[in-house]
Amino acid sequence: MSFFRSWFGKLALLVGIGGILFVIGNFLSDRSHFHPYYFRIVMLIGIAIILSVSLNLVNGVTGQFSIGHAGFMALGAYSAAAFTAYGQYRYFPPLDSAAPLVQQGALVLSMLVGGSMAALAGFIVGLPSLRLRGDYLAIVTLGFGEIIRVAILNIPQVGGAAGFSGFASEHGRITIPQITTFFWVYATAAVVILFSRNLLRSTHGLAFFSVREDEIASEAMGIGTTRIKVTAFVISAFFAGVAGALYAHFASYLQPETFGFLRSIEIVTMVVLGGMGSITGAVLGGAILGAAPDLLRIAVGEIRKVLPPDLAKNFSPDLFRQFVYAFLLIILMLTRPQGLLGTRELSLGWLFGRRREPNRPLTKSST
Amino acid sequence: MQNIIQNLIIGLQIGAVYALIAVGYTMVYGVLRLINFAHGDVYMVGAFVGLKLAERLGMNVASTPGGFALVFALTAAICALVGMIIEFLAYRPLRKAPRITALITAIGVSLLIEAIAQMIWGAKPQYFPRIFPPTIFQFLGATISSSYLLILLASVVLMGVLWYVVIGTKMGKAMRAVAWDREAAALMGVNPNLVISFTFALGSALAGVTGLIVSALTNVSISPLIGVMPGLKAFVAAVLGGIGSIPGALLGGLLMGLAETFVAANPAITTWRDAIAFVLLILILMFRPAGIMGRSVVEKV
Repeated sequence: MSFFRSWFGKLALLVGIGGILFVIGNFLSDRSHFHPYYFRIVMLIGIAIILSVSLNLVNGVTGQFSIGHAGFMALGAYSAAAFTAYGQYRYFPPLDSAAPLVQQGALVLSMLVGGSMAALAGFIVGLPSLRLRGDYLAIVTLGFGEIIRVAILNIPQVGGAAGFSGFASEHGRITIPQITTFFWVYATAAVVILFSRNLLRSTHGLAFFSVREDEIASEAMGIGTTRIKVTAFVISAFFAGVAGALYAHFASYLQPETFGFLRSIEIVTMVVLGGMGSITGAVLGGAILGAAPDLLRIAVGEIRKVLPPDLAKNFSPDLFRQFVYAFLLIILMLTRPQGLLGTRELSLGWLFGRRREPNRPLTKSST
Repeated sequence: MQNIIQNLIIGLQIGAVYALIAVGYTMVYGVLRLINFAHGDVYMVGAFVGLKLAERLGMNVASTPGGFALVFALTAAICALVGMIIEFLAYRPLRKAPRITALITAIGVSLLIEAIAQMIWGAKPQYFPRIFPPTIFQFLGATISSSYLLILLASVVLMGVLWYVVIGTKMGKAMRAVAWDREAAALMGVNPNLVISFTFALGSALAGVTGLIVSALTNVSISPLIGVMPGLKAFVAAVLGGIGSIPGALLGGLLMGLAETFVAANPAITTWRDAIAFVLLILILMFRPAGIMGRSVVEKV
C-alpha cells in the first residue's frame, strides 16, 4: 500500500473519499430512492460520530472527564445559526432558495464560525479549570454546560426558551436555512477521525497519552500538562461546535433544552460504549447511539404491549432511551469498564486476522 | 431593608435545604471518594414516597403531628434503604475500580432512578395538598411565611441530629476513621463495608426527608426530575465548602442559597438564577481548589 503513503496517493485518496461521499450523498438525499426518515437517521449518526470522536480526544485520549460537551455543541449551533439566519439578505442571498454553491459556501463559513466560538469557549473554560483533576474538572464542565444553557435562555435574539425558529424582519420571516448536506456531515466526520488518528501517531499524541497515564510522571518528563489538556479541550470543543453548526442547519430549529445535561451524558455514553481512547470505538459508539433514539421508538410499541397497563401508560420513547443509557452505563462499568473495544482500534488488518505491531504505547486501563 | 430581611430568610431556607442534601454528598465523598450523582434523585424519591404514604394514610391523618411523624419516619427508612441498595448493587462491586468508572456508574444510577420513578409515578407534576397551611406574618416590615421558618427549624434540628451521630456515637467515630484512612481503620477493627453502608443510609435518609419537608410545606411540584437541579447545586455547595467537610457543606449550602436568592431578587439578572451556582463554583475553584474549608492534599510521588 505504499502508493497511499506518497503525497500523490494521499491526494488521490482524499479526492476519492470526497467523490464517494458526494455520490452517496446525492443518492441518499434523493427522496425517490431513500425515505427521508432514514436519511434523517443517517445524518444524525454522522453528527453523533463527530461529537463522540471529538469528545474521545478529551475523555479517552487525555484521560480527563468532561461532561459538558453539549455546551460546546450548543454554542456552535447557536452562533452558526445566528450567522446564517441574520447574515442572509445582508451578506448573502436568502439561503433556502440560493444556488447550491452559495448554500455550501455559507454552510462552511458557519461551520467555521460555530467551531471557532466553541473553541474560544473551550480555551476560556479550559485554562483555569484544567488545573483541576478528575471529579472537580467533571463538575466544572457540567457547570459550564449549564451556564451556556442559561445564557442562551437569556438572549432574546436567538429565541430564548421558545427556541430559535424564525424571526420577523423587513424581509419577512427569517429562519435557519436547511442547508446541511450529507457530504459536509460525513466529510467533517472523516476530518475529525483522520485528525485524531494522525495526532495520536505523532509525538504530540504521545504527550496526550502520557497525561492520561500519569500526570505527575509526564510533568517530570518536561511535558506541560496544562498546555496539553487545554489543547485537547480546544480541539475537541472546535469539532463539537462544528457538529452543532451542522445540526443547526439540518434541524433548522434549536432549543436550549436539546443541549442539556442529558445530551452531554449521551455523548459520554457513546465514548464509554466504544471504549475510551479508541477512535474506531468512538465511531462505533456514535453510530450505535446516534441511531438508537429512532430505532428504540419502534421497540417501544412492542414493549408496551407486554407491560402491565399502569406501567405501560408512562412508557414513552424518551423514557426507554433513558433506561437504555442507564443500563448501558451501569452494566458496562460493572462488566466491561473498558468499553467494547478498550483502547484498541479496529482495522482491516485486525479484521482479517493479521497481527500488527501496536503503533501506540501499551496502556494500562485509563483512570 | 424589608426586602433584604425577606430575602435573607428565603435565602437561608433554600440554603438549609441545599446544606441538608450537600451533607450526603460530602459524607459519601469522605468515605468513598465518589460523587454520588444519584443523591439528588433520592431527594426526589423522598418527596414521592412521602406523598404516596400520606395519600395512603389519608390526608387528615397525615396532617396530625403523629401521622406526619409516621410518614416522616417511614420516608426516612425507605430512603435509607434505597441508598443502601444503590451502594450495594452499583458501587460495592467497583470498590477497587478507577474513580472514573465509579463516576460513570453513578451517572447511570441517577438516570436509572429517574427512569424508574417516571415509570411508576408518571412524568406529570404532582402536588402535596396543603396539609399545613402557612400563616403569613410581618416582621420588621418584611412579609414572611411560616413554612420558611418551619423548614429552617427542621433543618437545624436535622443538622443537630446529624452532628450528634457523627461526633457523639461510635458509628460516627468509625465513619470519620474510614474517611481519614480506610485501611488503617480496617486494621483497627472497623468494618469499612458496614460503615459505608451506614453512610449511604444516613445521607439518603437526610435527602429523602428533605424532599418530603420541602414538598409538604411549600407548594413546589413533585416530578421525576425535581432532584436533578437541587442535587447538582447541593453538590456544588459541597465543593464550595470543601468536599469531605460537614461544616463546609453547611457553609456552602447557606452561601449558595443566599447568592441564588439575591440574584433572583434582582430584576436585571433574575433569569440567571440557575447559573449563579456554577459561576460561583468556577470562581471558588480557581482561587481555592480545595473549597473554603477543605484541606488540600499534596500528592506524593
